[in-house]
Formats: sequence, structure tokens, C-alpha cells
Amino acid sequence: MEIEQSLLEKMETLSVLSLQEGETENLRQELSSMVDYFSQLEEVDVESVEPLSHPLELKNVDREDESEKTLPPEEALDNAPARDGNYFEVPRILNDEDHQTHDS
Amino acid sequence: MNIPDHIYLHANRLSDQIQEGNISTEAVVEESYRRLEKTEEDHALNTFITTCEESAYRRASKIDQQLEKGINPGPLTGVPVAVKDNICTKGIRTTCASKMLEQFVPPYDATVIEKLRNAGAIIVGKTNMDEFAMGSSGENSAFGHTKNPRAEQHVPGGSSSGSAASVASGVVPVAIGSDTGGSIRQPASFCGITGCKPTYGHVSRYGLVAFASSLDQIGPLAHRAEDCRIVTNIISGKDQHDMTTTGQQVDKQNRDIDDMTVGVPEEFFGEGVSAVVQETIQDTIETLSSAGVSLQQVSLPHTKYGIATYYLIACSEASSNLGRYDGTLFGARESDMSSTRTSGFGKEVKRRILLGTFALSEGYANQYYRRALKVRRLIKNDFEQVFEQVDLLLGPTSPTPPFRLGEKTEDPLQLYESDALTVTCNLAGLPGISVPCSQTDEGLPIGLQIIAPAHHEPKMFQLAEQYETDNMP
Repeated sequence: MEIEQSLLEKMETLSVLSLQEGETENLRQELSSMVDYFSQLEEVDVESVEPLSHPLELKNVDREDESEKTLPPEEALDNAPARDGNYFEVPRILNDEDHQTHDS
Repeated sequence: MNIPDHIYLHANRLSDQIQEGNISTEAVVEESYRRLEKTEEDHALNTFITTCEESAYRRASKIDQQLEKGINPGPLTGVPVAVKDNICTKGIRTTCASKMLEQFVPPYDATVIEKLRNAGAIIVGKTNMDEFAMGSSGENSAFGHTKNPRAEQHVPGGSSSGSAASVASGVVPVAIGSDTGGSIRQPASFCGITGCKPTYGHVSRYGLVAFASSLDQIGPLAHRAEDCRIVTNIISGKDQHDMTTTGQQVDKQNRDIDDMTVGVPEEFFGEGVSAVVQETIQDTIETLSSAGVSLQQVSLPHTKYGIATYYLIACSEASSNLGRYDGTLFGARESDMSSTRTSGFGKEVKRRILLGTFALSEGYANQYYRRALKVRRLIKNDFEQVFEQVDLLLGPTSPTPPFRLGEKTEDPLQLYESDALTVTCNLAGLPGISVPCSQTDEGLPIGLQIIAPAHHEPKMFQLAEQYETDNMP
């Protein structure tokens, strides 16, 4: 199957990646050959075969609803690229217009 | 003081010598760094990303003090261990061989690290690997490739490249790796040492940086299957931090090799498996047969779909797992998430994320991801049917001897094919071990793989240890 440029761009958006100019064509061709290769699975008769997503097929492994000791803030923030007190500081994702729309 | 190989390279013997007071733990740690320095000076193998002398000597001092007080620190007392750099070590940088985590210092230890420390082992450093465990050659690291100590123009295999090379070059007796599609067994085979992947669920993945959560398992590499068994025993166990652990213990059961039937899957000798590998393993089969092992030919009909099934599932899971690397809470950060991820990840990682994203996307998920899950069940069924007739399976670990550095970098699919004989084990969640078998005329190692039914590690280790005793110096 040929992965069209537009499909590759869609996948880039979904995976939050933006390939450089030089990389795109090469990768597009590689992915196309891989998808071609993976199409061999179409020759397998999977009629009435249940998918196996996990070797153990576990169900509802739960624990008691009791709080446990977790990381103190200092340790949790130790690798933060940017911090403000006990907060992780991140680039702004909402603009003023978004706030206004939300209020009205 | 130089410790001779016949003691130093065997965890069991080394630990005994330390416990008996013949060697101090401090001397052993010194020995490991002396060996590492010499190896890198003479061969520049690039096996380690980080060494942790300070913490290693501190631990050594504690252990020596315990011994003086008559306390037994554990079955791995003083044994220096190298750990693959995708396993979290508190206070010690853990990079996954990626620029994305180049400065990341975990605030906690992986469960396996705690267990190793509680057994008296000393972590001496974090080994090089393929980035985020994605690779089969050791050439995908952001910190440079690792060389094969047995053949320096050739790859050591991957993704546990540094772990395998650190054992094979005699720097440490034991290393820890991870295996998602063969990443312990294949480098063990390529470097002429032993490496095993336990049954899925035996060893906690808490603290293992996730690649494909339904396939990843942590396991040991060493010179002998006996050491692999001892370490597997120590690192296994139910863990409340990893809900996929089963708590089934591994221990040696006395079982005569003569009572076992070993199956040889015909598909492990098919197209794509090189002549020298086929001949070598066939010779081994004849040797085992003369030694009294009962062998029979069996079939795993869906083997040829293993690569396609594995890569579709692994890349899909990876595309989800690696979504966390966005510069928000830890790791590299650029001006926006897209730049962070595009420059933080290497080429192979990006390739796999895109492939996985495609396989899971609307309009394609049924045809690719879901279909792969169904073929996964058929692969698992193949094994279950065959294990009704035989106790174990045997075959080559890798379709070829170790290839040259750079030989397969242009064609990623060709590189993926080198996992053809190891991936089905991960898909079915079964235990597998690679033991050194022979070498080509050029001295390139060839490994023998033994696969057991789920939770039947004792039989697997039994055959591996007997084979090594009979065939290795």
C-alpha cells in the first residue's frame, strides 16, 4: 500500500511529530514498503479467531482503595524542565479568546 | 589485585569467594572498573553510557561491613552488575540511549534493582542500547554504537547491546537487559554468551521504561545458564507496582534430560536462515541425540507471520507508550511539543511511532492492528499444541551470524527480519534462553535457543545447563 504524503502528514499530526524536508520522502517510502510487507497477514484465515492483546488475558486486577506513600513534591519536580513552586511550568495552551468564548 | 576470570566471570563462585572472606567487595568493584578502563582503552567498545563509581564503592563498603559483622548480604554478595539504560536507577542517570532522556535522573529504583541490591549485588553502570529498546544491532543509540567484543567489525546485536558486550568482554559477570522481540537472546547469541527472557509476568516491569507493554520482559545475561537461573530467581516475583506480575517462582527441579522430548520446529530452518546457522544447529541436534535426548520434528505453522504480527503490535503499543515524551513533566523540552519530539527521538523511534499510529488509526486499525492480534492468538495456539507433544523446543536464536556494522542500516525491514526466530516467544509470553553453541570459521558466534512452555523455566534451565556442561570448556 502506498502511503500518500497527505496520510503521512496526518500521522505526523496525530503523533505530534514534524519531519524535516529531507526526511519525509525517504520515510514515506520506507513506511509504504513496511505496510506492504505487513499485508501478508491478509492471507491468514482469522475467521472466528479472538484477538489476543495480552499473553495473560488478565481481568480486573485491583487493589484496596488505600492511599500509599508516593513521591514527595521535591522529588517529583526534580526532572521538571521548568517549575514554579510546586507546579510544573508549561507553555501556554489556551489564549485569551478561548477564555472569553468559555465564559459567554 | 587482579581477580582471575574463572572466579570473576561466574557470579556464583565470585559471591562464594567474597562471603568466605577471600576477596573484599571493594576489590571486586575496583576490578570491574579496571577491566572496563582497559577494555575501552584497547577496544573502544562503547558498552556503557554511565558508570556510577561513587554509589558502587559506597555499596561495596556497606557490604564489606555487613560481612565483617557476620551478616549474609545475599546470594549475589558483591557481584558487579551492569544494567541496561532503560531500567530506572534512583539517582543514577537513565537515558534509554535517547537525547529525549539525556539528563533524566529517576527518583526511584525499578523493582528489579531493589531485588538485586537486596541480594547483595553492586550496580556498576548503565549500558548502551538501541534507543528506547528499538533495534536489533546496537546501532540506534544516540550515544554511538557498541562493538561486538568477539568481532569488532560486527554488531553485538540489540537492543541490549551494551549489556551483552559488557559480559562478553569480561567487564562484569552479570548484566540485566530487556527483551521485547529478542533483545536479550539475540545479542547473547551474537556475543557468544547466555541470555534469557523469562515467562511474561515473572519479572516486574515497574521501572522498566515501556516500549511494548504486552511484550517487554526483563532478564539476565551471563557466561553460564546457571548464573542466569540464579539471577532470574532473584529478580522474579509478584509486585504490587506491576499488575501483570503473576508471582510464580522459578527453581531447579531435578529432571533427567533422558526423560524429556525436545521438538525441533521445521520453520526455524526455513528460508531466511543462513546455511552456516542451519548446519551448526543440525550438528548440535545430532550431538544432543547421541547424548540421549529424545528429539522430534514439529511444526509452528504461523512462524513466518511472526515479524509482521510483532512489528504491528509492538509499534502500536510504542506509539501509545511514547506519547508521554512531550517535554511537560521531564525529559528534553524545546519551544513546543512537536519540536521536542522531533528532535528528541532518533530516526528508528520516529519510524516506529508513525507506523504504530498508522496501524491504530481510523480506517486502518481493523485491517492491521486487530488482524495482527488475531494472528497473535494463532501463534500462541501453535505453541500450545506443540507443547502437548514435547517438553521443550530447540532451534537457532538468530537466522544469521552477527552481521557487519552498517550492513543493515539502509534497509530497516532487513534488520527486522533478524528477529524472525525470537519474536514469537514474546507474542506468546513464553520463556526462552540462548546459549553459546558454536562459531563460524571467521569466529562469529552462533547461539542455540531453547523455548519452554509458560512457567516451565526449570526444564529450560535444566537442558541449557546440561548442554553447557557437556559442550563448553
